[in-house]
Amino acid sequence: MVRIRQFEERLAGICARGEIPALVHTYVGEEAVAVGACSALRKEDYITSTHRGHGHCIAKGGDLRKMMAELFGKETGYCKGRGGSMHIAAPDIGIVGCTGIAGAGIPIAAGVGLSIKMRKTDQVCVSFFGDGSSNTGAFHEGMNLAALWELPVVYVLENNLYAISTPISKATRLRKLSDRAAAYGMRGVVADGMDVLSVYEAVTDAVVRARRGEGPTLLECKTYRFRGHFEGDPKMGETYRTKQEMEEWERRDAIPKLADRIVKDRKATQAELDAINQEVIKEIDDAVAFAKASASPRPEDVAKYVFVSEK
Amino acid sequence: MFGKPIAMSETRELDFAEAIREAIRQEMLRDKTVFVLGEDVGKFGGLFGCTKGFLEEFGEERVRDTPISEAAIIGSALGAAVTGMHPIAELEFMDFIGCGMDQLVNQMAKTRYMFGGSMKAPVVLRTPCGSRYPIASGAAQHCQSLEAWFMHVPGLKVATPSTPYDAKGLLISAIRGEDPVLFVEHKLLYYAKRMPSLREPYPALIQKVPEEPYLIPFGKADIKRPGEDVTVVATMMMVHKSLRVAEDLSKKGISMEVIDPRTLVPLDKLTIINSVKKTGKVAVVSEDAKTGGVAAEIAAMIMEEAFDYLDAPVRRVSALDVPIPYAPVLESTAVPQERQITEAILDLVEPK
Repeated sequence: MVRIRQFEERLAGICARGEIPALVHTYVGEEAVAVGACSALRKEDYITSTHRGHGHCIAKGGDLRKMMAELFGKETGYCKGRGGSMHIAAPDIGIVGCTGIAGAGIPIAAGVGLSIKMRKTDQVCVSFFGDGSSNTGAFHEGMNLAALWELPVVYVLENNLYAISTPISKATRLRKLSDRAAAYGMRGVVADGMDVLSVYEAVTDAVVRARRGEGPTLLECKTYRFRGHFEGDPKMGETYRTKQEMEEWERRDAIPKLADRIVKDRKATQAELDAINQEVIKEIDDAVAFAKASASPRPEDVAKYVFVSEK
Repeated sequence: MFGKPIAMSETRELDFAEAIREAIRQEMLRDKTVFVLGEDVGKFGGLFGCTKGFLEEFGEERVRDTPISEAAIIGSALGAAVTGMHPIAELEFMDFIGCGMDQLVNQMAKTRYMFGGSMKAPVVLRTPCGSRYPIASGAAQHCQSLEAWFMHVPGLKVATPSTPYDAKGLLISAIRGEDPVLFVEHKLLYYAKRMPSLREPYPALIQKVPEEPYLIPFGKADIKRPGEDVTVVATMMMVHKSLRVAEDLSKKGISMEVIDPRTLVPLDKLTIINSVKKTGKVAVVSEDAKTGGVAAEIAAMIMEEAFDYLDAPVRRVSALDVPIPYAPVLESTAVPQERQITEAILDLVEPK
């Protein structure tokens, strides 16, 4: 969680200084969801992710150097500078792609589940998406298919209460988005997205069921983004959220909450936690230095990778 | 691998649907990762019979009826393909492709490029296009030819076969290839055995097709009829109509060369340009709407790359810019028939 937080906050500064061209959506505040979910997975399990995908990729084991290089548009990035912030993929660690179209990963994840089932492995696929995506047609079609075919998919709905500026209350009459699962004959559950252990336990349970062939789960994680929808969103989203609401959610920050518990349970000392933080800052220093020193893609390679047949 | 000549005397006669069916079946027997999914592909055997008998032969696991969910058909095929499978997805009518457009255009087509070559999406998406005059009238939402849309989307290959022989070879190439392919099948091509009245005017609708699997490469046009005076570039059903016109006009001493690109992406520019260099006159015949269509793109390419060889402006013979109408008299007016092709050729060869 600290790694994601530090990565995103460093990135926010890089964006503010205009050092990269990216349209960037940070994951600050929602770290417990990605970390809780990916901690329940093995390396060979899959995830699909979204426009707000850095946290998912880091939690799944993404290399900070390759991620930062991608954000800087460099040839050494995960996608050789062709994808950028919203389109990281790392199939060797199961990240089968982040998409910038809301809800689009949901049917794709069903297909990943279908592939797992047909290949008869015990992998699972976790599909991350937001509350806004749960209003798309792709959500309906993908959820229905995954339930119908009992596919090993865990749908993790990150309900951060806003689709850009539109509050969930103006997008659906439902108050509990996990209720949507019932429409597909699917299991629907809720976890506290501000508590990494709550998410971890819920995803672990859903993963065990999926591996046993008991089909998909829709897990709603209630969470909140502490920054704007994108870097540059005026006043970090205070134009459509109240300061009071933002402060209330910040008091529920999953990172200090877990740190307090670790220290209280004597699993580690505060000094040890501070050391982890320093270690992470060094990792990010290294990733930024790597990205800055890396070569840009060559203009003459612009048409590379359109087709496999034109290697 | 390509182009090994096969003794045609040892082959049977198949229609287009039978050739498609044989290609899929042989590939499913060859490779366990190949499977089919789509609406009514199971017990019903596909709306046009291209997966008939597959459910009995391969079982429900590999022959998957789906709900009416085009986005999920295309999206789940993509998800399966990026994790090691080789799905063949079927959309019942090309008109329904709009319902799955995001998955096709924003997801599947972009997968390889935007992920920097780290992934591949070997999906074959089969779909029937085109009008059915004189067989059946489907009107505005079941008869469109939308292939030009996808020539405009980098990352998708587009196959538009016209004959049973080409259909089988191109489909096997599509399945064994590693890129997403939109495989467009004109509906009228399916009917030759069921409707003998089609066979007389269009004999190439039924052909000798080798039983063993073979590959036809993408991006290699076929000269369906060599000629000297004028070039016609035609796709799918328009190939057959053009061949009929060529036969008629040969009696008037006009020698027409008929070229079928077979795949629109990639497009075999060289074969077309070489023909234009020889004849100096060219008409492009396609069934999609004229504005921004297949013929527009091919005509522009010819003017860019072979302008100096042209004796006359490139002619487009395409559908009128109207939705496909229901009444047979209107449908056959909207969509190019032999009369319009003939007029265009005579205009080129014997300008008034």
